[in-house]
Amino acid sequence: MKTFDIPTFECETGNYHTFCPISCVAWLYQKIEDSFFLVVGTKTRGYFLQNAPGVMIFAEPRYAMAESEEGDISAQLNDQKELERICLRVKNDRNPSVIIWIGTCTTEIIKMDLEGIAPKLEKQIGIPIVVARANGLDYAFTQGEDTVLAAMTHRCPEFNCHVINQHRGDINNFGVADISPKNKLFDEAIRLNRCSLVLFGSLPSGVASQLNLELKRQSISVSGWLPSQKYNELPALGEGVYVCGVNPFLSRTATALMRRRKCQLVGAPFPIGPDGTRAWIEKICSVFNIKPNGLEERENQIWKTLIDYLQITAGKSVFLMGDNLLEISIARFLIRCGMVVYEIGIPYMDRRYQAAELLLLQQTCKKMKRPMPRIVEKPDNYSQVQRMHELQPDLAITGMAHANPLEARNIDTKWSVEFTFAQIHGSVNARDALELVTRPLRRRIDSVSDCRSLSKQTVNVQES
Amino acid sequence: MKLAYWMYAGPAHIGTLRVASSFKNVHAVMHAPLGDDYFNVMRSTSERERDFTPVTASVVDRHVLARGSQEKVINNISRKDEEQHPDLIVLTPTCTSSILQEDLQNFVDRASLSSESDVILADVNYHRVNELQAGDRTLEQIIRFYLDRARKQSTLDRSVTNKPSANIIGIFTPGFHNQHDCRELKRLLAELGIAVNQVIPEGGYLKNLRDLPRAWFNIVPYREVGLMAATFLEKEYGMPYISITPMGISNTADFILQIEKLVNVWAYALSDKKLNYKFYVDNQTKFVSQAAWFSKSIDCQNLAGKEAAIFGDATHAASITKILVKEMGIRVSCSGTYCKHDAERFNEQVQGLCGEIMVTEDHTEVGDTIARIEPSAIFGTQMERHIGKRIDIPCGVISSPVHIQNFPLGYRPFLGYEGTNQIADLIYNSFNLGMEDHSPDVFGGHDTKGISTKSLSIEISDINWTLEAESEPNRIPGFVRGKIKRNTEVFAKQNNIPEITIDVTYAAKEKSSP
Repeated sequence: MKTFDIPTFECETGNYHTFCPISCVAWLYQKIEDSFFLVVGTKTRGYFLQNAPGVMIFAEPRYAMAESEEGDISAQLNDQKELERICLRVKNDRNPSVIIWIGTCTTEIIKMDLEGIAPKLEKQIGIPIVVARANGLDYAFTQGEDTVLAAMTHRCPEFNCHVINQHRGDINNFGVADISPKNKLFDEAIRLNRCSLVLFGSLPSGVASQLNLELKRQSISVSGWLPSQKYNELPALGEGVYVCGVNPFLSRTATALMRRRKCQLVGAPFPIGPDGTRAWIEKICSVFNIKPNGLEERENQIWKTLIDYLQITAGKSVFLMGDNLLEISIARFLIRCGMVVYEIGIPYMDRRYQAAELLLLQQTCKKMKRPMPRIVEKPDNYSQVQRMHELQPDLAITGMAHANPLEARNIDTKWSVEFTFAQIHGSVNARDALELVTRPLRRRIDSVSDCRSLSKQTVNVQES
Repeated sequence: MKLAYWMYAGPAHIGTLRVASSFKNVHAVMHAPLGDDYFNVMRSTSERERDFTPVTASVVDRHVLARGSQEKVINNISRKDEEQHPDLIVLTPTCTSSILQEDLQNFVDRASLSSESDVILADVNYHRVNELQAGDRTLEQIIRFYLDRARKQSTLDRSVTNKPSANIIGIFTPGFHNQHDCRELKRLLAELGIAVNQVIPEGGYLKNLRDLPRAWFNIVPYREVGLMAATFLEKEYGMPYISITPMGISNTADFILQIEKLVNVWAYALSDKKLNYKFYVDNQTKFVSQAAWFSKSIDCQNLAGKEAAIFGDATHAASITKILVKEMGIRVSCSGTYCKHDAERFNEQVQGLCGEIMVTEDHTEVGDTIARIEPSAIFGTQMERHIGKRIDIPCGVISSPVHIQNFPLGYRPFLGYEGTNQIADLIYNSFNLGMEDHSPDVFGGHDTKGISTKSLSIEISDINWTLEAESEPNRIPGFVRGKIKRNTEVFAKQNNIPEITIDVTYAAKEKSSP
């Protein structure tokens, strides 16, 4: 893979606000229907899960805390026995197909050997146990999903092209690999039979099937997703399998797929926005030696449906504070929508995994005649707010900790976490993504008397 | 290790942050890994706070793990000192720092040498205390720090104010209806002719703390946070305090009576004669608060003997229990709290008022108990509201942990005389809705659903119902149906009846009616 330099890469202090990576539990347990997530750590993490992902806790979630107590920290209690007791209870109460242990900062610091204990307990209780170390010492927010998926790659069955061919009939019934050989070249069909395409990244099943459909239009069949809806339906991996990511924060999973499972990574921009989706499909097509069909018309068509939103976005400026690693893709999409991006904050920048996305960003800037935004890795929120006061962007995409205070200071904000929960992938959902971005711009009201700033602090300053 | 899905009280550092960020111009620096600063999100969203929450993290990452924090914490403290010039920086340990056992006190000592702000280390043990206890402790610590210093610098003004005055201790962010309660308390005190010396920690300036002892007495409206500070002030400065929560008519009257007593001790200092609030209490009870009249009115008669379950923090659960039982004639089958550390006092308060007392932090236990009791209404936290939703029992929220809904913009105190009105509405509406909900059932209305067993934990009944008998409970109004069904099953089990026929249901009914 080719890397290239973007002159405006910066790295700040890392004093920024983001969610703890264990928050991935909140969406992954919904995605993998027969799973149970057990977060091993202290009350601090449990309280976060309970508060940050909001009221979802009340819907009887399939996750819980194994809450460390003083005896666990000082090793008076035996980790393995304690976990065994808890996992047996989980098994009795919920009977999941897989238990996923989420290691936290606590287990890191006291060096609890989760990876060592898991295989032993797995044998004892008869349920697979996957260990993911999604801790705030190493990772930010969405990277939690990355650690879980990377751990899951080891549980995928081995890919065997003969077996796949034998089962083709069954697969056809599911409508996954529906290729009509009539219209297509014969050797192409054979090639597709020998290779298989697995997409990785957790998306709502509706969005996943939309992407499947997009690829099917180009006669590319998706043989599976990591993660799958059910743990037992994990896709087969191995030599001859092409893998492609749908989210920008999955670099560890990509590495695990390449190095450990010998898959071929398709390095593409991510299917966010019509431009991203098209580039993503084109890249996959090129790997499978297929000439993309009707993509340009399709993209133009989508852009046409967005015209009302594009009128709002045109010429507006955005500042992305950075907390979920989707920032590069979103900024690229917004620039293509005619916005000016001042700054892209991002927790962690994998220049190799995101290479194609960065390239597309550069091309988009050139195409739209916009300046290349500065990309700030590990941003410093305090400095960012200072910069924002100077730049006065029309919109700040930021975490909830800063949203209300910025609004009070007359800067419109969009809560960044919504991008991780909303459906923004694929051409069809481009409208949803823009709906999110333009909401604060649309509701802009000038009616509230003459108050330019509603911050209490500013009032105090004026008084004193 | 403990399997936990939900917790009522948060971890210790949350309490410290709540107190620190309630004071004006105090900054908290957390020694914590990335992502542990979610307190900012909680405060910014639930209270719709307009200003940046004065909390930052000194991030613990791999480097810190390998080499220790070294200069990092100190640099972060001095940085905040330069950027925002707070009066005080509170270094807040988290579970991570308690495991790492770094010498945070040393960082504080070194940082305070170079910074203009005062720097202290919050003295809380993560594993021993919860959010509320930590808040209590931190508040006491800050007050002690500034009073000790004032004493050393002899800037302490120990003369009491000319007019009777009080400090209100324990109003803080994001407390359950705290802002409204504070306003109501101030109003109450004003009407009693008592000046408010200071309200802490909410909105208080540290430089004013040295004037705390000038008040005649202290008021601690909530037992959870403020008691330690009040005890400290009593011990060191001889200030009496009132820890009766003025929630409900009789509690408020007791509260005012206490004030009368305390103020009259100093009566010679007053120009007037002794204070007598009896007329005021009477007048308020009769005319300002509608609650006394309400409990006599026909509406409330309908509530008599209805069953309720109560769960919440010690202050609210105990007060609401008292109100329901003594002021409204409602039967409280179960009253409980998650404040385990205050269990003894809670028991004392509700003893004799309710069927059973439950002290637990386990929400499944609470849920199962409520499902078993099947009250007509629940008064609890947001968790109980959801339990109520699942088993179809109305719930009024009376205590934290809470939700953004529980930070209303309108004026909704729980304390004082206006509070009694608010509580009466809350209670009546919960029951009333329950009645409305069920009246269609009484008339055989739209109910075509099967029988719900109304239990949270899944229980498999091994008793068969004949088709005919099955239709029998359907004729019973929904809100008692589950109970009758269960009684019938218990009856069948006791009498070794394998199948419930229509005769059995009648036999069971006969047996159970007294």
